[in-house]
Amino acid sequence: MKTIRIIPRLDIKGPNLVKGIHLEGLRVLGKPADFAKYYYENGADELIFMDVVASLYERNSLHDIISETAKNKFIPITVGGGLRTISDIKEVLRVGADKVCLNTAVIKDPELIKTASRKFGSSTIVVSIEAIKEENGKYLAYTDNGREYTGIDVFEWAKKVDESGAGEIVITSVDKEGTGQGFDIDLISKISSIVDIPVIAHGGAGTKQHVVDLIKENTIDAVMLSSLFHYQFIKENESRISSEEGNIEFLKQKRSFHTFEPCNILDLKTTLIENKIECRI
Amino acid sequence: MTKNEKKVIIIDYQLGNLFSVKQACDTIGLNAVISTSKDDILSADALILPGVGAFIEAMKNLEKLDLINAIKSKVNSGTPIFGICLGLQLLFTKSEEFGSANGLDLISGVIKKFSGDLDGEKIKVPHIMWNRIYMSNKSWTETPLRDLKDYEFMYFIHSYYVNPDNLDFILTNTNYSGKEFCSSVMHKNIFATQFHPEKSSDKGISIYKNWGLMNKLIP
Repeated sequence: MKTIRIIPRLDIKGPNLVKGIHLEGLRVLGKPADFAKYYYENGADELIFMDVVASLYERNSLHDIISETAKNKFIPITVGGGLRTISDIKEVLRVGADKVCLNTAVIKDPELIKTASRKFGSSTIVVSIEAIKEENGKYLAYTDNGREYTGIDVFEWAKKVDESGAGEIVITSVDKEGTGQGFDIDLISKISSIVDIPVIAHGGAGTKQHVVDLIKENTIDAVMLSSLFHYQFIKENESRISSEEGNIEFLKQKRSFHTFEPCNILDLKTTLIENKIECRI
Repeated sequence: MTKNEKKVIIIDYQLGNLFSVKQACDTIGLNAVISTSKDDILSADALILPGVGAFIEAMKNLEKLDLINAIKSKVNSGTPIFGICLGLQLLFTKSEEFGSANGLDLISGVIKKFSGDLDGEKIKVPHIMWNRIYMSNKSWTETPLRDLKDYEFMYFIHSYYVNPDNLDFILTNTNYSGKEFCSSVMHKNIFATQFHPEKSSDKGISIYKNWGLMNKLIP
């Protein structure tokens, strides 16, 4: 039986943890270290850090956050955002990441998947695919957090990613991401049926039931979640919300919570097990 | 460093993330140093052979660094060694990766790739999952797994698995989509895991601690 991995996703901007809607309109939620600690203790199977602005401004500011996390959180850590070259990858692995997540760079240069997986091992290379559904029903891959049009068909790209030697695929529905309206099950099912490598589903979960429905319909291997867990953390730790930049007033008003029924990782895993979906508790 | 402190060498053959292995050692008070040096290996009280990546690449690097004979002679003379993931596989005779490649041959057996099809169902490769380890025909009492319960979850990330010729060396097995494979071995001074204890939360760290204690590397 397959054990489903539950992976909290931490979007990072400078020193802060942020969250957007459709990968845009970022809001500051707090300190990445506080969230990482909470998720580790709460049973996260892995952590993923995405430097959400690095891709745009070509900078890498994650190294300190990765090293601090890797010092005492003994679960796999994936890092993405702005990684362009073999030496960028080498550098984040050196400071404590176990895997890297690539999107923009490999769409520009698909050969990088081959080179990187030969050099670091397939299992180290995760490729993120950001999908947007066009009016004609076609799904196209975007880069730079859903900002940049590429014209590339998502399913053809997924096959190519698999054949090029990537170890895993993250499939994000940009349309659903941050909305809490549920996953794009059609998109995710199709991706997981056409590739032979593990698939991580991302984008749209608003409730535990959304996650259950997704896994029951699919052969996916992992689910990546952010809002659902972040809002729960904030509920439980209101007094600790602090930040040096950005407007956190909206957090205190809880305005963005209405489409979500936040839960923590343990709650979610308990529900999955009740639904006969295996996961690690 | 005090005079009687035991020294553990984490063998660096320039593949994969050694940071977490070092952190795991630090956490439990193991005096571990990451090194590519033959002299360090020859003077070590114990060795850790970690690794992520390709078997052939790893053997090539070990050869380039002139570490193969050093590792073999140390292990043959009784120095404890702890192999992790690719480090486990390197201890074996050979791998079927890209045809065939020779390993350190400290344990006799062959490395095989998970095949794409099992019972008609597609098996996803790599096997990336928290999966259960369960007892083979050996008790865990006298092993680094002694604090774990049978069927504990550990973190796996690999495409190949080991097939030891001597089944008595198998410490645990794991089942992936109906395929049972050897997930750890123990034979005299050799202990090695296919999973990553340093990525398997506090349960995994207990394996480091017990390995250190049993080999008298930590007080």
